[in-house]
Order: sequence, then C-alpha cells, then structure tokens
Amino acid sequence: MSLTYGVGGIGSFLTVVGAYMLFTGSGESFNVGAFIESVSPYAWASFGISLCIGLSVVGAAWGIFITGSSILGAGVRAPRIRTKNLISIIFCEVVAIYGVIMAIVFSSKVEAVHGAELYSADSYFTGFALFWAGLTVGACNLVCGVAVGINGSGAALADAADASLFVKILVIEIFSSVLGLFGLIIGLLVSEKAPAFGAKPT
Amino acid sequence: MEGLLFNVNNGYVEGIVRGYRNSLLTTPAYSNLTQCETIDDLKLQLGPAYGDFLASLPPNPSTSALASKTTDKLISEFRYVRANATGSLAKFMDYVTYGYMIDNVALLITGTLHERDTRELLERCHPLGWFETMPVLCVATNVEELYNSVLIETPLAPYFKGSLSHQDLDELNIEIVRNTLYKNYLEDFHNFVNTHSDMAGTPTAEVMSNILEFEADRRAINITLNSFGTELTKADRNKLYPTFGKLYPEGTLMLSRADDVEGVRLAVDGVHDYKTFFEAVSMGGSSGPGNMGGGSADGKSLEDMFYQKEMEISKDAFTRQFTYAIIYAWVKLREQEIRNITWIAECIAQNQKDRIGNFISVF
Repeated sequence: MSLTYGVGGIGSFLTVVGAYMLFTGSGESFNVGAFIESVSPYAWASFGISLCIGLSVVGAAWGIFITGSSILGAGVRAPRIRTKNLISIIFCEVVAIYGVIMAIVFSSKVEAVHGAELYSADSYFTGFALFWAGLTVGACNLVCGVAVGINGSGAALADAADASLFVKILVIEIFSSVLGLFGLIIGLLVSEKAPAFGAKPT
Repeated sequence: MEGLLFNVNNGYVEGIVRGYRNSLLTTPAYSNLTQCETIDDLKLQLGPAYGDFLASLPPNPSTSALASKTTDKLISEFRYVRANATGSLAKFMDYVTYGYMIDNVALLITGTLHERDTRELLERCHPLGWFETMPVLCVATNVEELYNSVLIETPLAPYFKGSLSHQDLDELNIEIVRNTLYKNYLEDFHNFVNTHSDMAGTPTAEVMSNILEFEADRRAINITLNSFGTELTKADRNKLYPTFGKLYPEGTLMLSRADDVEGVRLAVDGVHDYKTFFEAVSMGGSSGPGNMGGGSADGKSLEDMFYQKEMEISKDAFTRQFTYAIIYAWVKLREQEIRNITWIAECIAQNQKDRIGNFISVF
C-alpha cells in the first residue's frame, strides 16, 4: 500500500516537471542520449562487471538457502540424504563460479587510458558491451540460481521420501543448472568483440 | 512465487513435517498389525514407528493406555514443530489447536454444569487443545463465572462474542454451543488462510480452503442428520452451518429445509463426492446413513467414508511444496493413525478379528 502511494507520488511529480519543461520550451534539456554519452565508458564497464559478479552471487546464495534449509529439515528424519544432496548445493555454487569467471574475463579488458582516447568510439563500444554482457550474465545466473535452488529443495524432500527419486529429479536439476551456462555463452560472445580500452585497432 | 521466500522461515519446518509424514504406517505395516494375536505383539510391531513412547507401557497394556501413549508422540512432535515455527506459521499452528480447544472448553462447560470437580476433567482434555490458562477455568463454580473467564482467558473469545451469551450455556445446548463455536472457528480459519498476506494466493490458501470446505460440508451434513428427531428448529439449525464450503449457499439452504435423509440426499446432489457417498450408503440400505449405523454394502458408514475422503485430501496436500497445509494434513493423518491403532488393539482385545480390517489407510 505504502509502495503504491510512493510510486504514485514520484510518478506524478516527474510528470508535472516533464510537462513544465516541455511546455516552457526547454524540453530539449531532457536528453537521454546526451546523458548516456556523458557517462564515462569506465563507469559502464565497471558497472557491468559488478552486476555480473553481484547478481551471480545473489543467485547462488538464494539457491543455497532454499536448498540448504530443506536439506536440513529433511535430513533430521532421513540422515542418509545429507551427503547425496550436497550436489544440489554444488550446482548452486557453480552459478557463482560462472559469475566470477565472466567478471575476470571482463575486467581483463579494462586498462588505463588517458585524454581524449577515453571518449573514442572504440571505448564507448567496450563500455557498453561490457555493461550489457555483465547484465546478461548476472540476470541469467540470478534466475538460474533460484531455479536450481527450488529444484534442489524438491530433490532433498523427494529423496527423503523415496531414495529412487533422487536421480530422476537430479536430471531436471541439471537442466535448470544449464540455464546459467546459456547466459555465460552469450555474455562471452558479446564481450569478445570488444577491444580492451586503449588497444590499437589491428 | 512462494518458492522464492518460503524457505527463509519455514524450510526447516517443512522438511521435518515431511519426515514425520514418511514415518506414518503404511498398508503393509497395517497388515502386519492385524496379524497380531495379543496387545504385546502389537506393541512389538509398533516398536520401529513409536519406539520410546511405548517402552514405558506395562506388559499387555489397555487399549486406552496404548492410545494415550501414541497421542503423546503426536503431541511431542507437534510441540517441537510449534517451537520451531515463526511468524504466520506459528499463528497457523495456533489455529490448528483452536479446534481441540473448543472440544476442551465444551468438556469443561459440561463438567461445570454437572457440578463435577473440573480438575479431574483436565486430564481428559485433548493435550493439543491445552492452553496455559486452562486450569484457571476450573476455578469457576457456576456457568456465568466460567463464561466470563473463557472470554478473558482463552483465544476462543472472538468465537463466543456476539453469538453466545452465558444463558446459552445450559445442558441441552452444549452440542449447539460446540457447533456454534466450531462454525465461527472454521469461518475464521478460512478467512485467515485466504486473507493473510503470507498465505493469500499461495498453495496454502488453495489447499487449506479445500480442506476447510470439506470440513464445513461434513459438519453441515452431520448436524442435519443428527438433528432429525430432536427439538432443534430449522431456523436454529441453519445458524450452525458454516457460511462457506462446496455446499454453500444453495446446498446449505436445502439442508436447512431437509426433513429426512432423503432431503439431505437432495441437498448434496450437486457435489459429486457427497452424492457418491450417499449412493454407496443407500446401496447397503438397511440402517440408513446414520452416523453410528454400519450397515452398508462394504461395511462402511457415512462417517467412515468422510474420514476416508479427509485422509485422501490430507494425503494430496503433500503433493504441494512450500505450503503450511502439510502441517494440518499431517496432524489429521496422525490422528487417523492413532484411531486405527486403537481400533486394531480393541479388536484384538475383544477377540473381534472379523472386523479388524475396518480401519482407514491411505498410504
């Protein structure tokens, strides 16, 4: 409820300001393109790297707590599941590792450059490519982590009830674990074409 | 979406309860139990499932001792889960206990009316419906005092308020009191699972609505069947029907006008399950669908079929993950298991082996 009022208030405020600027002839000062260009390519690149690792870790952590608490509960009455179900935790952890790998690949493209070269077309390309590649990888891994986590929690509970179900659910879990890999591949392809900052075109 | 955050508070509890459910007796285990010759054999067979709780029983225990020990296990498990529950789950589990609390309060009211020493009755109260201030109720010597202390000391006050006054608490009315309380309780519980922000729109609301609707319908049908031949007027009867459920509103209106079993049958015609029950009972024919009559074709009374249906609904609740409903379902399944064990023990004790198979097992 409070959220509705907040969003409504901010929304109407922005509408009023926007309309005022538009009708008093200063509408051109509301220029998204100029704003994006004025942001340093370094900011874009670093923001992409931090989103990549940050969202991946959130996804992995989220998955681990969903799975972990279920393994804990189910393990009380069926202690045999505890070692087997570590594999679900590992699947979640892998998601964070994807994020780390991609963050390392991205950060190798960030080099110090001086002067006007920073605002060259190549630098903009690298900045934007790293930002969107990072966002792709991060968002994919976040969703993948949650998916693996919910699957893993189901796997733990099912395994506790009937040991023969474990392998069957594990197969499904592998499918959700692969989702993160898709993001990783696309992130790699997008960032691959971007030259490192300040690199001379060959 | 409930999968995202349910486990923050309730993942551990869900795992535990599912573990408890897995240790329920299965059909092969029951068939072993029915082979027993003595109660001691039975005790031995129950060993793996009940373990320590039966160890303190003397050789050849009475069936009531066996039943109370098996109930003790349910109570201790329930208390453990309740101690680990937080937030809305804790509130939900409190709601589960209110149903037993109503029975206990009704028992104490009966005791007070008969001017018995209600302290003796405390031991006969269901432990799940125990609340801290229950001994205080025993101080009351007349019904008016009891009514006032119930209002102040118990969580049931909202169910009394507005629908019952202390004049209503006389001996003839005790069943009406109980059913009025239960109606208010079911409506409140139904409202709680469907409106609480943690539960509305989740599997909990879905599964619990299903369970509670069945419970409401069952009570409405039972009230109607039991009211035939009593002084309860149709208008009063109508007040006892919960205002939700599969039968509500059309079926309950017809139930309130029913004069005999045939009228009840017409009222429930719109709901397939209940229709089948009544058909199955009438096939057997002889004694009619009374609650105590056991005269139908496969030896099952209407009550048995309702229990069977309740157990199936409870079993199905476990097919959903991330829901509170499994706790309610588990308590119901365990209660049925205790009834089954008691039935089998009673059959063995009284040498009635031909009726021993008359228990309800869904696993």
